[in-house]
Amino acid sequence: MGSRSSHVAIPDADSIRRETGFSQASLLRLHHRFRALDRNKKGYLSRMDLQQIGALAVNPLGDRIIESFFPDGSQQVDFPGFVRVLAHFRPVEDEDTETQDPKKPEPLNSRRNKLHYAFQLYDLDRDGKISRHEMLQVLRLMVGVQVTEEQLENIADRTVQEADEDGDGAVSFVEFTKSLEKMDVEQKMSIRILK
Amino acid sequence: MALQMFVTFSPWNCLLLLVALECSEASSDLNESANSTAQYAPNAWFAAASSEPDERISVFELDYDYVQIPYEVTLWILLASLAKIGFHLYRRLPGLMPESCLLILVGALVGAIIFGTDHKSPPVMDSSIYFLYLLPPIVLEGGYFMPTRPFFENIGSILWWAVLGALINALGIGLSLYFICQVKAFGLGDVSLLQNLLFGSLISAVDPVAVLAVFEEARVNEQLYMMIFGEALLNDGITVVLYNMLIAFTKMHKFEDIEPVDILAGCARFIIVGLGGILFGIVFGFISAFITRFTQNISAIEPLIVFMFSYLSYLAAETLYLSGILAITACAVTMKKYVEENVSQTSYTTIKYFMKMLSSVSETLIFIFMGVSTVGKNHEWNWAFICFTLAFCQIWRAISVFALFYISNQFRTFPFSIKDQCIIFYSGVRGAGSFSLAFLLPLSLFPRKKMFVTATLVVIYFTAFIQGITVGPLVRYLDVKKTNKKESINEELHIRLMDHLKAGIEDVCGHWSHYQVRDKFKKFDHRYLRKILIRKNLPKSSIVSLYKKLEMKQAIEMVETGILSSTAFSIPHQAQRIQGIKRLSPEDVESIRDILTSNMYQVRQRTLSYNKYNLKPQTSEKQAKEILIRRQNTLRESMRKGHSLPWGKPAGTKNVRYLSFPYGNPQSAGRDTRAAEFS
Repeated sequence: MGSRSSHVAIPDADSIRRETGFSQASLLRLHHRFRALDRNKKGYLSRMDLQQIGALAVNPLGDRIIESFFPDGSQQVDFPGFVRVLAHFRPVEDEDTETQDPKKPEPLNSRRNKLHYAFQLYDLDRDGKISRHEMLQVLRLMVGVQVTEEQLENIADRTVQEADEDGDGAVSFVEFTKSLEKMDVEQKMSIRILK
Repeated sequence: MALQMFVTFSPWNCLLLLVALECSEASSDLNESANSTAQYAPNAWFAAASSEPDERISVFELDYDYVQIPYEVTLWILLASLAKIGFHLYRRLPGLMPESCLLILVGALVGAIIFGTDHKSPPVMDSSIYFLYLLPPIVLEGGYFMPTRPFFENIGSILWWAVLGALINALGIGLSLYFICQVKAFGLGDVSLLQNLLFGSLISAVDPVAVLAVFEEARVNEQLYMMIFGEALLNDGITVVLYNMLIAFTKMHKFEDIEPVDILAGCARFIIVGLGGILFGIVFGFISAFITRFTQNISAIEPLIVFMFSYLSYLAAETLYLSGILAITACAVTMKKYVEENVSQTSYTTIKYFMKMLSSVSETLIFIFMGVSTVGKNHEWNWAFICFTLAFCQIWRAISVFALFYISNQFRTFPFSIKDQCIIFYSGVRGAGSFSLAFLLPLSLFPRKKMFVTATLVVIYFTAFIQGITVGPLVRYLDVKKTNKKESINEELHIRLMDHLKAGIEDVCGHWSHYQVRDKFKKFDHRYLRKILIRKNLPKSSIVSLYKKLEMKQAIEMVETGILSSTAFSIPHQAQRIQGIKRLSPEDVESIRDILTSNMYQVRQRTLSYNKYNLKPQTSEKQAKEILIRRQNTLRESMRKGHSLPWGKPAGTKNVRYLSFPYGNPQSAGRDTRAAEFS
């Protein structure tokens, strides 16, 4: 399909495929997209490249999504890193869960890893817990301007209160997972085209 | 509940209309009687128009005949608009039934009034008026608002489905009805094969877009959306071409004289008519795009150019007996991209609104006329024909949907599920198009025209009401959304977060498929077409200044409501004092949940949602602006305080940001190549 145009070979294609589980076709398309985003042909993406995706500018979580591509404070993301993030959104197929080799690491698009990705969007200081303040910040981002600060604080309080079980005033990852156990996370966080 | 709205509006509307009609009735009667006899005692109130020449100058005259046609047409349109206002005031109603149902009801109401007062309705619709004035705006609007990228990405499937689907439906229904007519018991022996085929072709003109608004919230995927849209777009053109061809057949030959040569010629003609129309449309589209390049000093005529050229393409194609509908569609599609970049902001808005207005006026008139025909004495009810028509419509649509999609699924990367196919099957609602074509059947060739009209009306009413009302629940049922369960506040927040997240990641991935063709076209476009068709030296500052103006206004509003105070963006405290756990009562929880649900930002729709009767509401643009302003403010605040963003970017980096405009924003559609610099 697009294979004729991309005469640029993907480095380490096999290891990336093993790690992320993408098909060859998807990987090629992602590579094409990576190169399209990388306007100056640097070979990696910087924050500015991702900020040029206009639609992210009007996404309330746009900044945080961009930030999630740059773990540990790095300034660049190369293709394997790019694909690693997107692998979280691969749809879960039945074969994945059946042939689970207990020695192999969990695939990136497992439920646990999807939830962990979402958790990291809340937990900015990476202390493994969503504090009330962090919840409040996320709420501020996602709610319109008509809601007063007091109402937001109430909501944040209530949210933390509902999920918090050990009473430390913050939501740990386990508590987060538990509060979403009824939700179909696999379907919510899957993008069809990333087969 | 819905009746309440109708009840409040209808009585005084009715009253108004009745009063007007009674006045007109009285005066027209009076005028007639005054004109017929010379002996007549002049009434002080109603002086006759033409009487003896030495009549005193009358203080008060009434001449209704002069204004009858425009007066009544205006009244109809106004009535329909008032009904629409009432329809939208009650918020749940648009989700329950499509707006075309409302128009049908208004039409039936007007028809009932006219029938009841025994008024001679003005001859608004005949063949030339319909084809020359009423049809082009409807088609133009469909073509203009069509999202081009998804259309061209799925063009193979769309063409396959629309063209073959229409043909299969038309021929299938026609042939089946012919066999039914052969059965002596039904008394339909005089309906020939050609007449049945013609009826089949006109009854297969569907209007599925009317149904789209009903399941907009169900978040159907883009491909399904495009299938329905594409079918609506092309279906009119194909059925009209078929209709005209079959009428030509009926005129030229008796049934026994038709030879295989004629049939082959007919097929060839079909293809030529279609392709020729499209070619005409593309040529006119390019010409009009080229002309808009030079209109920067007289921007007031820009909408005029757009409309006149589209209309001209329609007329030019019709002159050569090519398909005007396909021509005007192709013209709109071609011209849209370049015209949007060339014309001024206000012209762009004018074009959009005027187009919606024209098409809604046309459709309203057609529906009202349909209502007038419904409530009348000229029906011929034949149980067998009507029931079998209804049955065959559904059967053949099901056959065509499932067969054609089964085949096209073999070639698609993302096949359509059975659920999608069911939705497509169920959205086969007939609308104004079929009625018009049935109404305009020439009586000389179709002695049983009344039966056809009655059957068409029954099908339209049935599909529009029953299918239109039940499609919403059907889609929700198929979606298997567990919406009824009350979700906790946690879940609501996290669900919305995940929706935003998913939309964001989809945007990062971008759009895939047909890279080769699309890239080639884009290159060609950039190198040649844009140089010829787009204005040079577009003032970049106008876009930036417009945006800054909007942003300033909104920033002022936001400050005034206290949102942008510095306390809102305080630095995270490392030492958090553990808050005492507040016990909240259930009512508080409820109210909190309501606040959260109603105020959270909507997820950006990736597909351009299309509503036939309305333009996109402003709330999503407002939301987008709020988000952008907030982001900017966060950056400004953090820069000013010398802090980095919470994630460790070193302070003092040059804060030059290039933001391209959001795709979903219609004000900047087509301007995504331009960058706005924010300092």
